[in-house]
Amino acid sequence: MSFPWAAHYAPKNPFMRWMDEKLPLPRLVYNAVGAGYPVPRNLNYFWNFGVLAGAALGIQIITGVILAMHYAANGLVAFDSVEHIMRDVNSGWLIRYAHANGASFFFIVVYMHIFRGLYYGSYKAPREMVWLLGVVIFLLMMATAFMGYVLPWGQMSFWGAQVITGFFSAIPVVGEPIRMWLLGGFAPDNDALNRFFSLHYLLPFVIAAVIVLHIWALHLPGSNNPTGVAVQGPEDTVPFHPYYTAKDGFGLGVFLICFSLMVFFAPNALGHPDNYIPANPLSTPAHIVPEWYFLPFYAILKSFTANFLGVPAKLWGVMAMFGAILLLFFLPWIDRSPIRSGNYRPIYKKLFWVLVVDVLLLGYLGQAEVTPTVVLLSQLCAGYYFAHFLIVIPIIAKFETPLPLPNSISESVLHGEAAEAAPYGTAATA
Amino acid sequence: MLRFFAPLIAPLVGALFVCSLLWAIVMSPHAPAAHLASEEFHLAPKAIHYSFEGPLGRYDNEQLQRGFQVYKEVCSACHSMRLVAFRDLEEIGFTKPEVKALAKGWATETPSLNPDTGEAATRKSLPSDFFPGPYPNEIAARAGNNNALPPDMSLLAKAREGGPAYIASLVTGYADVPADLKKQFPDFNVPPGLHYNPYFANLNIAMPPPLVSDGQVTYADGTKATRLQMATDVSAFLMWAAEPKLENRKRTGIAVVGYLIIATLLAFAAYRNIWHGRKH
Amino acid sequence: MATLETTDDPNQRPPVIGGAYDEGQGARRRDFLNIAAVSFAGVGAAAVLIPLVNQMNPSADVLALAAVEVDLSKIAAGSGIKIAWRKQPVFVRYLMPAEIAEAKAVPVASLRDPQTLDERTKPGHENWLITMAVCTHLGCVPLGITPTESRGQYGGYFCPCHGSQYDTAGRIRAGPAPKNLVVPEYAFKSATTVQIG
Repeated sequence: MSFPWAAHYAPKNPFMRWMDEKLPLPRLVYNAVGAGYPVPRNLNYFWNFGVLAGAALGIQIITGVILAMHYAANGLVAFDSVEHIMRDVNSGWLIRYAHANGASFFFIVVYMHIFRGLYYGSYKAPREMVWLLGVVIFLLMMATAFMGYVLPWGQMSFWGAQVITGFFSAIPVVGEPIRMWLLGGFAPDNDALNRFFSLHYLLPFVIAAVIVLHIWALHLPGSNNPTGVAVQGPEDTVPFHPYYTAKDGFGLGVFLICFSLMVFFAPNALGHPDNYIPANPLSTPAHIVPEWYFLPFYAILKSFTANFLGVPAKLWGVMAMFGAILLLFFLPWIDRSPIRSGNYRPIYKKLFWVLVVDVLLLGYLGQAEVTPTVVLLSQLCAGYYFAHFLIVIPIIAKFETPLPLPNSISESVLHGEAAEAAPYGTAATA
Repeated sequence: MLRFFAPLIAPLVGALFVCSLLWAIVMSPHAPAAHLASEEFHLAPKAIHYSFEGPLGRYDNEQLQRGFQVYKEVCSACHSMRLVAFRDLEEIGFTKPEVKALAKGWATETPSLNPDTGEAATRKSLPSDFFPGPYPNEIAARAGNNNALPPDMSLLAKAREGGPAYIASLVTGYADVPADLKKQFPDFNVPPGLHYNPYFANLNIAMPPPLVSDGQVTYADGTKATRLQMATDVSAFLMWAAEPKLENRKRTGIAVVGYLIIATLLAFAAYRNIWHGRKH
Repeated sequence: MATLETTDDPNQRPPVIGGAYDEGQGARRRDFLNIAAVSFAGVGAAAVLIPLVNQMNPSADVLALAAVEVDLSKIAAGSGIKIAWRKQPVFVRYLMPAEIAEAKAVPVASLRDPQTLDERTKPGHENWLITMAVCTHLGCVPLGITPTESRGQYGGYFCPCHGSQYDTAGRIRAGPAPKNLVVPEYAFKSATTVQIG
């Protein structure tokens, strides 16, 4: 329990009292996402995305378990088994389209969640562990999504597996043996497909477990808020339930509307036509690109085109691509500014939006056909990405003059409305 | 010592990556890439409108049946459709006996085993069978087509950028090499066995023109079988073959989104209600 | 919570702070809206369960049952064959005259599942006994389709799983099975061809 004024779980119903004695699960829920968890009262809609990410994982696990009932992880029949789901299984098309688009929506909400954390400084003390676990979840998601995309065993699946396992061959000396070990062969085949299926089924549950740790770590300091100012007293918070359950319910509705529009009216918009062609190890599609959520990192990979300091370009690209994600682990210590929220950091705020545009551009460049202009632009954008996190952030943390912070959350929200600011009851006579 | 150096690690690593990129920029060739005929003369698919477009779009069963006829009489000579079963034809308006007759009379038979000798044999198809393809395997298909493989058509409309409109444009798009092209790219030629088609990505396609004249098939419903009509019908049929649940999907989608909008409005009202009078 | 007092003034909306949501009078008036929202969401959640459950029902290709044709000309009298229909085995057995007589001699009223041989065969083809090869107890395949297998005390079929015994008309005579072996839908296409399904 994070704050002394948090409500205590006190079941009135005798059964719930008995339950509380024997297995205090309702108490756990009450304290985690119930009335027993005080949350800053000023959270804006960007704080909805954590819950939405959880919902997206839930959709993926439910639809995924069902798809596994019909899918066959064998190179000879995998493609046909997916089409069997699409054509003959009752509501199979719905479940498969929901799963395929669900992955995209999971990434959309997680990217919003990450950028919210970046803007409001949610990665800073005392929430470093929350951030670190979040980056772990992000990495696990990427691995899961990649392996899931291999399973339909279409052309993009096959060549995606070929290219992505090819990253490992950039490692000097041990690279090629590692790639062979990952694939269980010289090229992706049945063995690779089977192990990817096994891991694709396993990892979401690992993600769910790390999410539990993520929330646990969050509940020790409590949630950050748009001012970045720490909670100081009861007047700064409201209980999670019903205030934020209601708000998240509304957010979930909006999310599901967007999701349904994609699933029912444009289910293949985010996919690639070539994945409706069965895997063919003898012919690469003309234009191979990863799924959209990998595109910024793919652009970084492609932008390192010259050997430098004796390190081959391929290895630079692979190091940069992994480095672009791994540097997030160090962010709490790279950014030494004591101010959390970008609202009070005039320079950081501007550069944050530069980063957003930079990443969106990288995403566009990642799928664009390779021309000299595209290469040059992605080199500049990739350069800014690294400069932003590794050079600019440490420098501005040192020299930026922050705007004056509010004294407390309630002050910033209420502007002197004493009646609401005072703890319950004490302002009755004012 | 550490206190002094630790803050320098990140900028140094960052500088390393940035320098590597700058070096790559310096080293990159700046000669503009040569233009290719396939970039200059490739055409986007024609604007063809189908009944199944849009959120309320439905298949036109008469069109699908005509398209099936074109597939059966023209395309199926080379192209298989191994993921579609005869029983599926009931969805586009054929009756059970019609389906049975279609299966029985299909040009190629379903592979089976001779029950007495165990040797490979064929038998008449049943409604539960998938369409038997014209070739027993890929090698035979290539051998029969100048080493080009006619792709399976079950998912073709979803497996090509541009979808059914691309397919209709392609089959009606055969032409002579334009004089402009010959002028701009004197080296361009159409190798023997290939055919010029501006809708195909690299302009030369192995498939000979499948629809050669108006009236190539005779429609039972009296529709005039122009080449564009046949192309449009067969591409609509291919879309159905690739996405047979499209109507069901869109109908369900309208209901689901309608429900969700009401639920979300209610959720919004409940949210405002709970937060009523609470500044945040 | 213990340190907080309650207010006596009914006009003042009790400010909700860090503690539990206060179910005061003001809140109660608006309960209807919250209940409506939650119930409406509940209806949606229940509707989602339909496809999630229905997907486990047999898929369209499984339901598209192929009829199976059987050539009877190669079956020896007194023996039979097992063929697969709907992924289940079917017994096609050529009964000997003695077996037919034996089946007809049994008083029908004494049977657990009273049926005559005539009801279980087609007129004019009483020598062809066609039944599912699925024991009505728990679904094992009984022995006895060829004379080399045990046919049990009643000369028909014997289920090795739990000892059910069937007679030469495929009727249950002893053991735990409740019903006779099921006769599938079938028709004679010619004197020597039968179509099952």
